[in-house]
Amino acid sequence: MKRIGVFVCHCGVNIKDTVDVEKLTEQLADYPGVAHIENYMFMCSDPGQNLIKDAIKKKNLDSVVVAACSPTLHESTFQGVIEESGLNPYQCEIANIREQCSWVHTNIEEATRKANLIIKTAIEKLKLNESLFPVSAPVTKKALVIGAGIAGIQAALDIADAGYEVTVVEKKPSIGGHMIQLSETFPTLDCSQCILTPKMVQLSKHKNIKLYVNSEVESVEGYIGNFKVKIKRKAQYVSPDKCNLCDDCTEVCPVLVPNEQEEGLAWRKAIYIPFPQAIPATYTLDIENCLGLEPIACGKCREKCTADAINYDAKPKIFEEEVGAIIVATGYDLYPVENMAEYGYGKYPDVVTSLQFERILSATGPTGGEMRRPSDGKIPEEIVFVQCSGSRDPERHLSYCSRICCMYTLKHAKLYKHKVPDGQPYIFYIDIRSGGKRYEEFVQQAVSEEEILYIRGKVARIYKEGDKMIVHGMDTLSGKKIELKADMVVLAMGIVPSYGTADLVKTLKLNTDEAGFFVEAHPKLRPVESLQAGFYLAGAAQGPKDIPDAVSQASGAAAKTLALLSSDKIYHSPIIATVDKDLCSGCRICIGTCPYGAREFDETEKIATVNDILCEGCGACISACPSGASQQKNLTDKQISNMIKAILSTE
Amino acid sequence: MNDFEPKIVCFLCKWCTYAGADLAGTSRMKYPPNGVVIKTLCSSRVDPQYILLAFKNGADGVFIGGCHPGDCHYQTGNYKTQRRVILLKKYLDQMGINPVRLRMEWISASEGRKFANTMKEFVEQIKSLGPIPKMNFTENTSTAESQRTQRK
Repeated sequence: MKRIGVFVCHCGVNIKDTVDVEKLTEQLADYPGVAHIENYMFMCSDPGQNLIKDAIKKKNLDSVVVAACSPTLHESTFQGVIEESGLNPYQCEIANIREQCSWVHTNIEEATRKANLIIKTAIEKLKLNESLFPVSAPVTKKALVIGAGIAGIQAALDIADAGYEVTVVEKKPSIGGHMIQLSETFPTLDCSQCILTPKMVQLSKHKNIKLYVNSEVESVEGYIGNFKVKIKRKAQYVSPDKCNLCDDCTEVCPVLVPNEQEEGLAWRKAIYIPFPQAIPATYTLDIENCLGLEPIACGKCREKCTADAINYDAKPKIFEEEVGAIIVATGYDLYPVENMAEYGYGKYPDVVTSLQFERILSATGPTGGEMRRPSDGKIPEEIVFVQCSGSRDPERHLSYCSRICCMYTLKHAKLYKHKVPDGQPYIFYIDIRSGGKRYEEFVQQAVSEEEILYIRGKVARIYKEGDKMIVHGMDTLSGKKIELKADMVVLAMGIVPSYGTADLVKTLKLNTDEAGFFVEAHPKLRPVESLQAGFYLAGAAQGPKDIPDAVSQASGAAAKTLALLSSDKIYHSPIIATVDKDLCSGCRICIGTCPYGAREFDETEKIATVNDILCEGCGACISACPSGASQQKNLTDKQISNMIKAILSTE
Repeated sequence: MNDFEPKIVCFLCKWCTYAGADLAGTSRMKYPPNGVVIKTLCSSRVDPQYILLAFKNGADGVFIGGCHPGDCHYQTGNYKTQRRVILLKKYLDQMGINPVRLRMEWISASEGRKFANTMKEFVEQIKSLGPIPKMNFTENTSTAESQRTQRK
């Protein structure tokens, strides 16, 4: 039998006025297990704490119940007190007789009776409490970054600069993400490539960064601090070490493919470099469109390559990496424009998406930065921009706001005006959301000085008449129907998680929201952490965001990663699930209930096990266990049963 | 029957409802003292057998408080609780226990008022039902709980 000390606090008058502390002391003195009981005005004060320490020493107590305020306030205080007296902190229980008793009841007799029961439940729990120690595990001091757009690049550079090794995995042949496609960036109108390419070069040359392009994460095993990652790289038909960027191969390649970098506004060959500043600077052979790797079928590029860089026998390769933390920065894609048949995209070449318009504006784009429409190269005299295309439309498309379209559409209109000073841009909008720093000024300047016409309303239909696009819409301010004749229409498409996200979610076993974006651990206070320990989120993978926000979040995720990597060991609460080997039948029900993947199956022993580091101690598996083999440390079935009986005891 | 004071066992999850109950305290909201709290990390820790054990030992009501759907600290624990409670209520009915005696509510850490009101309402409800019928389990006491104890 334990020797329990019970210490009842008056909390000045807060408890004492409603709970008869003297009577309590008297009633509980003979309760089984209680070796010592006393009450005092302020248990949390220095004299109060000393009183506990003295009693532990004099009465040889091995565990302590403090009946006082909510454990949220002083549990750690009293755990510290008994630890100083040489006891394990888990031998301390708090009976909450203030917030959940004296402050909510008025009748002294009733409140005292309830306080008595609250203390008894604490005693009953404490009787079977074990001494516990935090669970610890070592930390592999390396990080993995998935996705190398601006968010991934920023996070990788921050971690690498701090002296830790980073592995970066990018699905596409070059890093840079969507940002490298952009023309100029709001609200400063500085050139996107000018600010991004130096960072891309920095990443490729950094001694702490290992880059895998054309690669995807195939599997992730392990847990925080100790992940084993398999990375699958597509067959590397062009050796980056040998390729000297002479461009001879593309001249002879007979295959034309829509150029992804130009959003389909130009062509590329089956062997190609995504764009001149691509990192890594090398050519890629697109096997899906290549005529075949048999020299009989084609083989022109290999014949032409003087550097002998092309090897048709290359195979996909799996790389294994051990890392301590994983940053997910997989970015966004546009809402599939095919879903919006009423806007005529695909039917009319002069209806383009916002990213296509970025390419038309860009100096490196298909028109060399000249404002020409795709169908006939004419300079558009009137352009209609349609904001919220596919977003803020819960009935038919995406319900959420894409956050960046108001600003980039205005930027598009401005850049168009700079290139075609006599041209007339119209913008259909629902609201103008310009919440960022200096964003509102950007809007006001455009409206007052640039002759951009805003029309509040939605576009119902777009069709072609002659060489003009007819835009039917509604001006919701005047309530009138509107028909505009334009040379070109730009759809500010909604934003969705990048197209491969659903597969990656399964590989990483992370949570996503209803739109498919990765869910942060807390929407306000833990915005860069995932709920799964060791995973961090950066950029638009977590939700639509502009460049400054993506970069801030990336640096935040890097800081969280560095905090983990800089510790030698990770510690974890020991209030976790355990398994009684003799009782476990190996039914695996617990494995399905665990949201953290902490319950695993031991194939040799044929029983379920608990990964101490992954287990968060929720207890869902314990109440699902049909045999009682799963238990929670310091809150076992037996403890809860005894607590229930204590509450219902009729003394 | 007028002086009947129900005994209620409350299982509150640490993150939401326990904190909501604390808030009712710091806001000095008054409610009847019939419920005594057992704190769990998550409402999904509440094994349906605890509820049966409570009724068997004379509880007139059992209350389970968890986070609102979507707010669970452990992602989906409250959904698991909900499934168990819905099923158990059917079983209680078959056993001759009014399912109203088992109540589950989503109460967040900011809903002290909701906690106090729910307690008031639940106590009134149980008072109108009267004490739980005496259940004669003396013949067969091999509930899973005692089985577990025996096996250990």
